[in-house]
Amino acid sequence: MSLIARHLEAAGISTLCIGSARDILAAGQPPRAVFVDYPLGHTVGKPFDATDQGNILEGALSQLTTMTVPGTLVSLPNSWGSEMWREEASTSDGGDTRQARDSSPQFQYPADRLAARRTGALGANE
Amino acid sequence: MPMHTPVQYMQSITTRYLRLGYTPYRWFAADTPPPWQPLTQRLSEVRLGLISTAGAYVLGQRAYHYRDDASIRAIDSDTPAENLRFSHITENYLVAARQDPACLLPLSGLRTLVRRGVLGALSKKVFSCMGGIYSQRRVQTETAPALLAALRAEAVDVALLVAM
Repeated sequence: MSLIARHLEAAGISTLCIGSARDILAAGQPPRAVFVDYPLGHTVGKPFDATDQGNILEGALSQLTTMTVPGTLVSLPNSWGSEMWREEASTSDGGDTRQARDSSPQFQYPADRLAARRTGALGANE
Repeated sequence: MPMHTPVQYMQSITTRYLRLGYTPYRWFAADTPPPWQPLTQRLSEVRLGLISTAGAYVLGQRAYHYRDDASIRAIDSDTPAENLRFSHITENYLVAARQDPACLLPLSGLRTLVRRGVLGALSKKVFSCMGGIYSQRRVQTETAPALLAALRAEAVDVALLVAM
């Protein structure tokens, strides 16, 4: 994400990155970044919680007009509530949590494959 | 202020994969200061573009694959939530967004901010890519230029990039 933000910014588009891995954001040094201290996968808030999501979005976007130093990384004050997730997120135990590096499209649902065939996005023999 | 030290993902993931005998993932580490395009408009005047790196796609589109898929998808910003999908190599982080896409692709939230006059406008099309690309060269030569061209066609003032 930081690579893309830097590319866009260098080409004249202002950018704001929002992420939940502070160390990865810090390493990439995008022009403007906001950190949300939530478990990965909830960058814009808790599921089905429009208040939390709106709060994060507005909190992040409000930073756009106040950041003046390239590479600024601001932490939002939002709290997940329970802290149980941190231990699992921090562990180096366990196996590989990634999917296989397969080069065929990985549809969320089997029906998505049929829908993509109908639009021509997926070939008949794929 | 956060009461806890943020999770050290790079350290814990690197340790895990070394223990399993895999080559560590190489996250991008900047060695130059970031570029800077000053923002002159107020937020209420900004036409915002959106990029999700979580592999978002729409029902009917081709899903992402997991072997350095450097392609992008254009998504209508009024796409109903029930037609939004996600494919990303770390599917374990997609559990929430596959139930409520707004966790990673905040279309409804941004539309609300536009309605309230907080944000000027949201572009007609927003964009996605699959952030788990191992080749930084391909991100720089394929994904980033494609997203730049797409955002320029939407005439956005600002791009909001949402990581998974």
